[in-house]
Amino acid sequence: MKLQRKNGLRATALGALAVSGALVLTACGSDDNTGGSGSAGEKKAAASNIKCDDAKGQLMASGSSAQKNAMDLWVKNYMAACTGVEVNYKSSSSGEGIVAFNQGTVGFAGSDSALKPDEVEESKKVCKSGQGINLPMVGGPIAIGYNLPGVDSLVLDAPTVAKIFDTKIKKWNDPAIAKLNPGVKLPETTIQAFHRSEDSGTTQNLGKYLGKAAPNDWKYEAEKKWPAPGGQAAQGSSGVAAQVKQVPGAIGYFELSYAKSQNIPAVSIDTGASAPAEATSENASKAIAAAKIKGTGKDLALDLDYTTKAEGAYPLVLVTYEVVCDTGNKPESLDTVKSFLGYTASDEGQKILTDAGYAPIPTEINAKVRETINGLS
Amino acid sequence: MASTTPTETPPAPPAASRRAASTGRVGDKVFLGLSRGSGILLLAIMASIAVFLSYRAALAISKDEGNFLTTFDWNPAGDPPVFGIAVLLFGTVVSSIIAMAIAVPIAVGIALFISHYAPRRIAAPLAYVVDLLAAVPSIIYGIWGALFLVPYLGGLNLWLDEYLGWTYIFDKTEVGVARSLFTVGILLAIMILPIVTSVSREVFLQVPRMNEEAALALGATRWEVIRMSVLPFGRSGVISASMLGLGRALGETMAVATVLSPSFLISLHILDPGGGTFAQNIAAKFDEANQFGRDALIASGLVLFVLTLLVNGAARLIIARRKEYSGANA
Repeated sequence: MKLQRKNGLRATALGALAVSGALVLTACGSDDNTGGSGSAGEKKAAASNIKCDDAKGQLMASGSSAQKNAMDLWVKNYMAACTGVEVNYKSSSSGEGIVAFNQGTVGFAGSDSALKPDEVEESKKVCKSGQGINLPMVGGPIAIGYNLPGVDSLVLDAPTVAKIFDTKIKKWNDPAIAKLNPGVKLPETTIQAFHRSEDSGTTQNLGKYLGKAAPNDWKYEAEKKWPAPGGQAAQGSSGVAAQVKQVPGAIGYFELSYAKSQNIPAVSIDTGASAPAEATSENASKAIAAAKIKGTGKDLALDLDYTTKAEGAYPLVLVTYEVVCDTGNKPESLDTVKSFLGYTASDEGQKILTDAGYAPIPTEINAKVRETINGLS
Repeated sequence: MASTTPTETPPAPPAASRRAASTGRVGDKVFLGLSRGSGILLLAIMASIAVFLSYRAALAISKDEGNFLTTFDWNPAGDPPVFGIAVLLFGTVVSSIIAMAIAVPIAVGIALFISHYAPRRIAAPLAYVVDLLAAVPSIIYGIWGALFLVPYLGGLNLWLDEYLGWTYIFDKTEVGVARSLFTVGILLAIMILPIVTSVSREVFLQVPRMNEEAALALGATRWEVIRMSVLPFGRSGVISASMLGLGRALGETMAVATVLSPSFLISLHILDPGGGTFAQNIAAKFDEANQFGRDALIASGLVLFVLTLLVNGAARLIIARRKEYSGANA
């Protein structure tokens, strides 16, 4: 009897805590990383000219979380315009998206790196008489955020960035950094370089950039796994950003939207142009404009020019792709894929990217993307 | 597997003898069938998990170019694929040992306080509060650990380094925030505290009143009573409680993944950032892994599975040897 009463009390206490806890947590659950982009999206939906064509039913998609914020806006606008169509983008990771694509469970996959040869080979099983191709859809700058009280702007170049993340440069007042920042009073703080603890497309893109732009100081393969032995790790872009925000002397890399939403200052990169390039959407677009298409046939995988010296071009960029079959898409989702990707590649769809902290794909490449989408079968 | 079999067999003989003496009612037969069926089902599920893990693990290990047991790297996507569990095994065991070393004495202390020292008015709310710690999801512990515990442990780390640096393990060789195995151990200790406390408390409360009164009658002080009757009686209970906690510490994933700064290095300097655990590594690598990478992670999961079985088996052996004191017979 006594025991029962005790359990009852305990259950009540637990329940009360759970309810109040849930209330407290939901109260602060409006973590919008894109900052005000929601309202921008709504405005556009009102004046939309999205072509729904024969789109119908449910379209499943999965993949890169780097393009999640853009995808959320696109899906919302698209579904508002085309009633009766449901687009479901599960933002997991590029790897998971490609695995799902090659198992034939999704209409398209989002990926922040182009398909590898063995993945293309595998995709031929799903794409009858065709293969998986990459459509560049979302560009964006990777910001290098830092935490140095008293230093409002910082300029680095690729070799210095490489040495910092390789823990070869250990102090903030190192001559290499001082040389790039004349007149800035750099503290004698120890540099604490943070990288991603889990495998990540962002890590791979940083590796590609450093490998091309600072080949003498960055000898590692560009992999999703962090290759260098030193430094510290944190989980996810949000985890790295949180650590940089918290630890004086820290430096880390993440998508620009994280730097913006947490007010973390980002490094400007000295590319050899007359002025260092700031990490902004516009500057990222300028760098992507220097890219060349390296894919063959309908594949539009890009070869980014990381060593560009174009004025104002911010070279540390990543491009995320949508992966589809060139021919042999599943008949039940083909029309919806064409209609939805047609919208995301349209002027209207690309314009949203800037509002969300991303960078649009340059017009010439984008024209080819649209052409390819029209020819999908 | 070996550890579950003994628990499944004991219910059978009483059921059989009862059946012999039963009135042959349908309900008895149905109940017998249900309980036997669920026992077999459980074994079948366990067996199928083991078979699945072993099969997928064998696929991965057969293509591993490194040594699965001694390689200090995890790169199944590389060319050639190289991965090994040495760092993970080390990190899992070390962080769990730290957690146990911190949590068990504190938990026993709290349990003794609640059961034998505190006035009833304080004891009950205190017990609830400790139990509520168990209701906090592990990701919350992770966030709390990363945002609160890590910065505040900086000072403790410096202190340990300065005064206990000569012990080697507390020698901090790298600057940097406290995202180390030591911090993970502290966090795990907090997480396993409620389960160890609440089971220990139940056991201490079950000490036969007569034993305590007899000791008191002989003129023992309260501490002597605890030492002479409560602790010996509760020892096996505390051991099983600790093993329950250890099981949680070994498998904890999200909190470790959020707090630890993983790296594939084995270092006995437990204050330095680095290390990794099985569960943390699986959580961190699973998303981006291809089919082969997942098989490799499953192979590491199999090792964790075996490790947990060994720990539970050992605990059962210890408890079985002191069965006369077990709480169940009181």
